[in-house]
Amino acid sequence: MLATALPRPITIAILAMGGEGGGVLADWLVDLAEHEGYLAQATSVPGVAQRTGSTVYYLELFPQQPPGKVPVLALMPVPGEVDLVIASELMEAGRAVQRGLVTPERTVLIVSSHRVYSMTERTAMGDGRVDSGALLKTCREAAKTLVEHDFASIAENHRSVISAALFGALAGAGVLPFERDDFEAAIRRGGIGVDSSIAAFQAGAAAKQAESRPTSQTATPKCGPRLALLAARIAKEFPPEAEDLLLAGIQRLADYQSEVYAEQFLNQLQAVRAADGCKFAVLCETARYLALWMSYEDAVRVADLKIRRARFDRVRHEVKAETAQLLHINEFLHPGIQEIADILPEAFGTFVLNSNWAKRLVKVFAGAGRIVRTTSLSGYLQLYLIASLRPLRPRSLRFRAEQRKIREWLEPIPLLIKEDYVLAQEYAECPRLLKGYGDTHAMGSRNFAAIMNALPKLRGRADAASQLRSLREAALADERGTKLSEALKEVAV
Amino acid sequence: MAERSFAKEVQKLRLGEGELFQGEGILAVTKALLQSGVAYVGGYQGAPISHLMDVLTDADSILQELGLHFEHSASEATAAAMLAASVHYPLRGAITFKSTVGTNVASDALANLASGGVKGGALIIVGEDYGEGSSIMQERSHAFAMKSQMWLLDPRPNLPSIVQAVEQGFTLSEATNTPVMLELRVRACHVYGRFTAKNNVRPSFTLKDAMENPVRDVNRIVLPPASYLHEQEKILKRWPAAQQFIQERQINEFFGDGEQDFGIILQGGLYNNTIRGLNLLGLADVFGDTKIPLYVLNVTYPLVDEEVKRFCAGKRAVLMIEEGQPDFLEQNLNSILRKAEIPTKVHGKDVLPMAGEYTGAVVTRGLTQFVEKYSPQLLDRDKLPAVALPHKPVALPVLQHNVHPRPPSFCTGCPERPIFTAMKLVERELGEHHVSADIGCHLFSILPPFNIGATTMGYGLGWAGAAAFNTTETAKRTISIMGDGGFWHNGLTSGVGNAVFNKSDNLLLIVDNGYSAATGGQDIPSSEAANPIRTTNIPIANAVRGVGVKWLRTITRTYNVAQVRDTLREALLTKQRGPKVIVAQSECALNRERREKPLRRKMAQEGRRVVRERFGVDADTCTGDHSCIRISGCPSLTIKDNPDPLRKDPVATVLDSCIGCGLCGEAAHAAVLCPSFYRAEIITNPSFWDRRKTRIANAVIAFLQHRLERRLAGITA
Repeated sequence: MLATALPRPITIAILAMGGEGGGVLADWLVDLAEHEGYLAQATSVPGVAQRTGSTVYYLELFPQQPPGKVPVLALMPVPGEVDLVIASELMEAGRAVQRGLVTPERTVLIVSSHRVYSMTERTAMGDGRVDSGALLKTCREAAKTLVEHDFASIAENHRSVISAALFGALAGAGVLPFERDDFEAAIRRGGIGVDSSIAAFQAGAAAKQAESRPTSQTATPKCGPRLALLAARIAKEFPPEAEDLLLAGIQRLADYQSEVYAEQFLNQLQAVRAADGCKFAVLCETARYLALWMSYEDAVRVADLKIRRARFDRVRHEVKAETAQLLHINEFLHPGIQEIADILPEAFGTFVLNSNWAKRLVKVFAGAGRIVRTTSLSGYLQLYLIASLRPLRPRSLRFRAEQRKIREWLEPIPLLIKEDYVLAQEYAECPRLLKGYGDTHAMGSRNFAAIMNALPKLRGRADAASQLRSLREAALADERGTKLSEALKEVAV
Repeated sequence: MAERSFAKEVQKLRLGEGELFQGEGILAVTKALLQSGVAYVGGYQGAPISHLMDVLTDADSILQELGLHFEHSASEATAAAMLAASVHYPLRGAITFKSTVGTNVASDALANLASGGVKGGALIIVGEDYGEGSSIMQERSHAFAMKSQMWLLDPRPNLPSIVQAVEQGFTLSEATNTPVMLELRVRACHVYGRFTAKNNVRPSFTLKDAMENPVRDVNRIVLPPASYLHEQEKILKRWPAAQQFIQERQINEFFGDGEQDFGIILQGGLYNNTIRGLNLLGLADVFGDTKIPLYVLNVTYPLVDEEVKRFCAGKRAVLMIEEGQPDFLEQNLNSILRKAEIPTKVHGKDVLPMAGEYTGAVVTRGLTQFVEKYSPQLLDRDKLPAVALPHKPVALPVLQHNVHPRPPSFCTGCPERPIFTAMKLVERELGEHHVSADIGCHLFSILPPFNIGATTMGYGLGWAGAAAFNTTETAKRTISIMGDGGFWHNGLTSGVGNAVFNKSDNLLLIVDNGYSAATGGQDIPSSEAANPIRTTNIPIANAVRGVGVKWLRTITRTYNVAQVRDTLREALLTKQRGPKVIVAQSECALNRERREKPLRRKMAQEGRRVVRERFGVDADTCTGDHSCIRISGCPSLTIKDNPDPLRKDPVATVLDSCIGCGLCGEAAHAAVLCPSFYRAEIITNPSFWDRRKTRIANAVIAFLQHRLERRLAGITA
């Protein structure tokens, strides 16, 4: 319970983003406090922040007043003088700490630990996410008491809004001098979406503190009988440090093409395995990117993934379609001339790319973007047909080209391990740049090639590894390649 | 109709004598207007006074009963000119807008009004968009009061004081024949509080009375020689009358006078923060009983010399707490004391910052310095609040890296976003163009991920802001943006008419989303939704053609990125000379959803067929390059952990808040992105035909899926 020895108001700040219902939470609090005989004042500066920006609601609740006396309540929080801070998201909680609103002497901090990623995090070309662990740790250190849980999923599970779950957490924390029933009554008086709000409220109140942070990265499943031999070979020939990655690799490639193809993957890693004798970091990264590169995304792969039953089920789950509801899935496909040539046999593909009339003919079928309804018979059959070209893939234009490039990339790794282990590690990670489709993929390939070309200049230099790393980071810094060309110039000097 | 409905709040406007009003500050002001017998109200929406306009819109029947005329003025200038009704007639009128931007627009009319003076009470309610969360330049409305000589009220920020200020404002205006400005800060506008209501009053003299008995007095018209007389009258008659009235009615307040030989003079609006500061320092209790004398200026212009002298006489020093710059009040204070030869030392901007918002923390620090100088024994050094101590709290570097700014941006499903997606695509083809931006939601384009727009010169001034770039020395054109709100506010003449007249060869893109969206979705002439009290459905294209634009294209669905891109390209490359205008139309998604979502829910409950659309991303084909996000920025298009154990970068994902606007798919096509996007159609209560069609397909698909599973069997356990 918050101590109010002097007659002084209980001070509450709510940090939320526009459109999240921070105002609803403030309204419930005001109604609750007034019903319990408190004088309540609430204010905010919504303005344009209503449009998804971060915003602060501020409330003061004052207990019984002597007759004829009205307290003077403040309109904004004073750092160090806030009893309760409710943050609807983890970065917003960090902002509250940054603003000095959370202090260890006084503040109970209630935080939803989920993340709503900022524009900077979302638009990064690689992984631009901030460190949630560090944010949470700072919150814990800054507050007198921290109540944290993923209240967003609670709200989602109950088809409600996060404010209801947070209101529940507030009731559950027992920091305000009101009974839990009083909280619920305030929601009922509000009269909007009462049932779902109450459900989210109750779940919020009951939520246990998260002990550890489970990551949604899935563990590699066990291999089935068809891969038993290869799995045994991994166990025998490769270090346990690399086992998970290798198992994931063979599963992916068997799924992508065949067991034979998966076996080739292990064969291709032999030289690196032999060279990387103790640390295995290079081996691991090489295995990771080799598996990904070998399973490059062509039209056949995309079609193959889109028509599976598991995918249909996943979409149904993702879009929250109920059994009684009918679901249609429409794909946005835009196969360009290159993508079509890619899956044709090498000679034919080259011919299509070089001949004007063939190009024109293909354009009739490709050209503009298409919307294919996979849940319709014709749509499904179209994709099924493309997927069934899989056995022909090893003879296709792109397959041959990719295998050449893979060999070029793999070839120097064993030598690099001997020369400069850290450089080899950075080098092995370079195929991370090969991402996306169409123009995005072309740009990634250009950047990758440029960095490969710079390698000879780097070899032998003491700072080679860090230089290569900064080249890779520069390639992910902007879409136009400006940073990378600058960085490459520096390397040349 | 506005984004927020005030159907419930409107009933509060009917409260009678002695009943308790509970609600937002700006609604209390609205109620106070009705209690004051106001005959007409006008204004232009904008934070923080949009709700005043919105609640009056929803209160049409009450206004009819009271014989009150309410207008959504075309601009703040229109609203200010409307006060001309109070020049010759004893009619009370009020107008409202955001300040200082609205006051800038209104200042021509306000200056004319203030020169001739008024007979009926004229109240200008300005919502100060200053400090945290502000979207405009940081300036003071005080200067407008000074330059045109209008009285400026800045009441203590609690509902009874604000309501009283409205009533006093009218009487002060009438007693001094001067328009009165009532200044309300953002938080005061939005503060939830309570006051005891009075009955609404129907004006004793009505608009009808005035129209049936017209009056003119040439001495009230701003034309020589009357204009010279007006200036003399301001100084010789109205000013002394105001000072006398303010003193007699005790509009300014004194607290704890005589407690110390020093004191504090403050703007009324800063009273609560000042008391909180004194409270934290142990110099006042929570009820405002203060150990330091306070002189609270509920009227900040004019200062009342006699009151100032009385308060300062015998005091060693006073602290002037005055937010914003220049420090008009501090200068005025010094001048009064100097002329009266009173030796009281004046502090203000020496212990408080010259610029920036006077938050609780800032005021508390200033108070601490001031009290330490004149009576340090009053402060218990061991019990000072952390905020009063000179050393700043340790900045946490971990937070600097991990807390990003989160400015406002386009909402989920916003029809303006695809326009900027298309502009990004054109930029890739034709290079960058000079882009002149305007005021409205579309200004969010200046932020990531779009980074489009070089300047913004004011509401409706998007095209005017590019007027200089009019030369035949280059074939490259500039692009200007204007919203429909800005277009009707003044852009039709200042932008379009100007470009035609001056033979511009540049491009204007008008974002026509059906509302003045950024201010809360109010209707404007081109709005298409039904509005019983306004004339709407006036096409922007007709107006544009009417002022002489020949090259005009209308896009009726902005989500069609390819069409927007192609139209922009055409406008930038066409050989045809002369001004080019593209009108890009799609309804504001916030408003559309507010209207349609309940309808869909109702239909579903009634067992009728409802289709919900939303987008999704296949995590297994997404490679985590996020180029889709970089040309969209939609809040519902975000990232999540990569479910693939081999991949490190997060994949794109679509949240369930997606409303299926279509941009993701259109952008994936127009920018040739990736095949990971899908559009799901979820059909509630499917028809017989729906089921029939899918039955055969499902059977074949199930068979083929079974075959696929056989191929993959045995790879994983």
